[in-house]
Amino acid sequence: MTHWLILPVILPAILAPFIVLAARYHIGIQRVLSVAGVIALIAITAGLAWQASDGTVMLYQLGDWAAPFGIVVVGDRLSTMMVLLTSVLALFVLLYAIGSGWDERGRHFHALFQFQLMGILGAFLTGDLFNLFVFFEVLLIASYGLMIHSGGNERLRAGVQYVLFNLLGSTLFLFALGAIYAEAGTLNMADLAQRVQLIGPEATVGIRIASVLLLLVFAIKAALVPLHFWLPSSYAEAPAPVAALFAIMTKVGAYAIIRVYTMIFSPELEATAGLHGWWLLPAALVSLAIGMVGVLAAKKLDRLVAFSVIGSMGMVMVAISMFTEVSIAAALYYIIHSTLAAAALFLITDLVRACRMNLNLTPMAPVAGAALTAGLFFMAAIAMAGLPPLSGFVGKLLILQAAFTDEMAVWVWATVLISSLISVVGFARAGSVVFWKAQSVTQEETAEVAPQPSALSYVAVGSLLGLLVLYTVFAGRAHAYMTEMSAQLFAPDRYISTVLETPGKLSETVGEKKEGDN
Amino acid sequence: MELLVSSAIGILTAAGLYLVMRLRSFPVILGISLLTYAVNVFLFASGRLTTGSPPILRYGVETYADPLPQALVLTAIVISFGMTAVVVMLALGAYLGSDDDHVDDPVPSEDEEAQS
Repeated sequence: MTHWLILPVILPAILAPFIVLAARYHIGIQRVLSVAGVIALIAITAGLAWQASDGTVMLYQLGDWAAPFGIVVVGDRLSTMMVLLTSVLALFVLLYAIGSGWDERGRHFHALFQFQLMGILGAFLTGDLFNLFVFFEVLLIASYGLMIHSGGNERLRAGVQYVLFNLLGSTLFLFALGAIYAEAGTLNMADLAQRVQLIGPEATVGIRIASVLLLLVFAIKAALVPLHFWLPSSYAEAPAPVAALFAIMTKVGAYAIIRVYTMIFSPELEATAGLHGWWLLPAALVSLAIGMVGVLAAKKLDRLVAFSVIGSMGMVMVAISMFTEVSIAAALYYIIHSTLAAAALFLITDLVRACRMNLNLTPMAPVAGAALTAGLFFMAAIAMAGLPPLSGFVGKLLILQAAFTDEMAVWVWATVLISSLISVVGFARAGSVVFWKAQSVTQEETAEVAPQPSALSYVAVGSLLGLLVLYTVFAGRAHAYMTEMSAQLFAPDRYISTVLETPGKLSETVGEKKEGDN
Repeated sequence: MELLVSSAIGILTAAGLYLVMRLRSFPVILGISLLTYAVNVFLFASGRLTTGSPPILRYGVETYADPLPQALVLTAIVISFGMTAVVVMLALGAYLGSDDDHVDDPVPSEDEEAQS
């Protein structure tokens, strides 16, 4: 049992109240604490990822109570990679928030940021469905605060929608959990995985309803069509660094789907057969199409980026819903790429706002810093649209390759390729209107000149794009690791045995109790 | 009892969904509260329905209620209360700010669009 595993949850949980209580009036101290905390998180999560890279499944039992009665935190290849991704993303988002002064435009930015990290990291690490719900709520309640950070009517309005939609999602999640508990009598994922296997083909109705409800919940988080309505407004109205951090939140939904539907309701399971092929894949294809059409149709740059997030989630879900080892590996590769690319795009949108005061896709006179911003946008748009040479292209190739063996291959190929073309057109139109056509508009004498964004903002965005480039250069090695990860996901025996067979308090009575239950 | 509990859950859910679909902030918040009540009762029912049986092991007691759903419900109640408070404050802020209690996006008219 490694105690390091709980630290990504504990550290922000301690740091956030400390920031609120001790450093409320000192933005400088808040910044130092927050950045130091995130850097420590990166160190810890990198250590965890390194430890899990040889296939070890790490386990931490809270209060030393044995699963399935105690709460467990589990780290395998997938969850440690996701926590590492989150903390790296958090560092650059935080640097941007500091560089652009977003954290001063309202109170408690840093505390909420840390709480949000706690929720996200906890959701990736937990080994229990109810705790997944609790961590979802933690990350949501922090995100409500961040979403309306620095206020304004538009933002409050979008915030109300966002909160209401997520409340409905939470209610649905509880219904799903109740249904699962009523069917299986446990909410520990490893325990569930074993018990669901025992349910015979004659008693599939309850567990099938439960699994569909759960899929709906995760689809809401992942903004899958037709449950994507909350995303465009809330992501477009949220402060840019917050929206960039939210880029990982849709991936929490994707992560949960991968985790639950490889381990508990696996494709071989008779009770839930056909869920991916018949329901998930068409929904994913439609959201890919709608997202990319939205990119073309958007009238403002922030909406455009929000729709590209829907599209990229659609791409991830297409790969996930084919549900083979190859396709899950491709999905994992694409998840990292799209998180970094979407975050970079949101931050660049904010740079554009700083340069030209608004985000309408109309030509306006160029101002200071526009050339550099245009370059960054060009690069991020290439990554997001999946043009060579950046990692979006590699990810898309992997997904297309994974689709060869699928019976829906024609549909997948057609949707992916056509929607890519549409998104290229959409991004090209936006870029040319905002940056290129601007050259032909003359500056009005009276117009107020926007201040140049600070160097730190550019460093943050540049580093995110740098990570994307690195990710492309080391694509082979990364993909090899994703393949191992996917192999581990499809052979969950080690995960299950680690969780259930590690002794803890009550360990002698676990066996008897279980026999009594069945 | 099964019929009463299940119909209570059903009616609460139906009323909650109806109110949510009104798309005005006050009915929507009421609807969300009804839905959370429904889900709390549902969670109770997920541990099988019993009356008068304690959830804690004691000598001389034969039937037990499942304690886990009660723990789940407790957590769910706390969370839903907190969330409802948040959404009330947000909705109030949005209403006072824009003199409009609709929760869906307004359809912008042509000149508004030109301004923004």
